[in-house]
Amino acid sequence: MLRDNIVESILGKTTQKRKSRIPAKLDFLQSATGLILAIFIIFHLLFEASILFGKDSMYAITKMFELDFFIKDGSPIFISILAFIIFVIFIFHAFLAMRKFPNSYREYLRLKTHAKLMEHSDTNLWIIQITTGFMLFFLGSIHLYIMLTQPENIGPFASSDRVYSDVMWPMYLMLLVSVVLHAGVGVYRLIIKWGWLDGENPKKNRLKTRKIIKIVTIIYLIIGLFSLITYIKIGYEHRDNYGERYKVVSNEN
Amino acid sequence: MSREITITALKYNPSDKNSKPTFAEYKLTETPGMTLYIALTKIKASIDHDLSSDFVCRAGICGACGMVINGKPRLACKTLTSEFKDGKIELLPLPTFKLIKDLSVDTGSWMKNMSIRVNSWIEAKEQIDINKIEKRVEPEVAQEVFELDRCIECGLCVASCSTAIMRKDFVGAVGLNRVARFQIDPHDKRTDSDFYELIGDDEGIFGCMSLLACEDHCPKNLPLQSKIAYMRRKMVKA
Ligand code: HEM
Ligand code: SF4
Ligand code: FES
Repeated sequence: MLRDNIVESILGKTTQKRKSRIPAKLDFLQSATGLILAIFIIFHLLFEASILFGKDSMYAITKMFELDFFIKDGSPIFISILAFIIFVIFIFHAFLAMRKFPNSYREYLRLKTHAKLMEHSDTNLWIIQITTGFMLFFLGSIHLYIMLTQPENIGPFASSDRVYSDVMWPMYLMLLVSVVLHAGVGVYRLIIKWGWLDGENPKKNRLKTRKIIKIVTIIYLIIGLFSLITYIKIGYEHRDNYGERYKVVSNEN
Repeated sequence: MSREITITALKYNPSDKNSKPTFAEYKLTETPGMTLYIALTKIKASIDHDLSSDFVCRAGICGACGMVINGKPRLACKTLTSEFKDGKIELLPLPTFKLIKDLSVDTGSWMKNMSIRVNSWIEAKEQIDINKIEKRVEPEVAQEVFELDRCIECGLCVASCSTAIMRKDFVGAVGLNRVARFQIDPHDKRTDSDFYELIGDDEGIFGCMSLLACEDHCPKNLPLQSKIAYMRRKMVKA
């Protein structure tokens, strides 16, 4: 193994005298991890928005993720497991995508000046993507770590207490904006990168794709913002009973 | 009717030790149908004999006159001064290429190195017997190859690319387009695995971030978006 690596690092070719297939795999995995995370986010934000339909709905969704239809009363451990899986994919994605960041003062300066001068749509979108990607390093980690270690503290009151009384809302606001923008631009770029929707007229389909993704991104931002505001409101109303857990009062389930 | 326009150009001569980068400003009267080629020729003839910039065909064919025009990489001979409503035009040399002087850069050496690097030639399947009738090529395939052959090596795709701006070993859209041209050509015997040897790394196809500034700035409107995606799909499987 080490010998193989020595040969490849000196010659740029494997011991079979051909180019390594690793760069191809890394490029594929960067896209694959990004896509999995994006699909996850698409559903995650919707589930989280269940609070817009009332505390009972959100409570039901939470319980569903604790698999209460499978074992009696459910168990938060399943949320931990999900958070762990997402965390691993997230770290791997960041590890791969990091290769694309400008990584010296000169690269940074050249990229920044270039983007500013050129005012080119997709180049600007990418600047948004690396900026939000960098933010997600921190914001995403905070969120995932909490879900990993305190999965029992999810629910209409528990989550709202965290958002309001634990003053996590500024973090969630930044997380929401950065993750939605990042995933939106990311999915658009995935479609272009692999030519999924090229069809007969790639130029036209690109503009169409960008427009649709833009609309969906805005819708997600709005849904996310309203959900967050709702959590803040509930947390504020519940501030004197911090720590108390939600109990279903209505008889809908 | 005719207005005065202001052209600013970055002036610098890397081979002169005393040269300092400056932005020179030129005022001139716009004439009907004036291109930047005409404007620069006027400036050189009557205001500043020392200003350097390249032109050959003045018709968007040779690819010599690429420069950054108000921030965007474009061909000077195909850019009308009337496009700029405020009459202010700032000219910079193309980045990513070696600066010769002022607006003149050496795209030629870059393109030569790229051609060698991607083995930009046919590796024929068989010895052609010129006494026999040529083998038939499907017109659609021939058309597709000709389409990609329209590249004039102007370098605008490279100068507009964020990867190329940051990483000088990146092969650029022009190089990836070239490989696609031979990959499609039925005369060429090379397999995808052979092409992988040429562009299968982060300086090649996997360095491309799909920002499509190449596609949006190519003066020949080459289908770079779809051809780069095509090569990427081939190369991940090669
Ligand atoms: C839940 C969080 C995330 C989602 C949904 C997501 C999604 C995506 C998607 C779909 C892509 C396009 C993939 C490609 O071009 O092949 C992408 C690219 C990228 N991601 Fe993420 N990502 C997330 C987290 C992160 C994090 C934490 C970072 C931190 C480094 C990051 C940095 C990047 C960068 C820099 C790119 C651009 C790579 C390139 O231009 O090739 N992402 N992301
Ligand atoms: S691909 Fe287009 S922009 Fe690039 S060198 Fe060829 S003609 Fe110029
Ligand atoms: S002078 Fe030949 S392309 Fe402009």
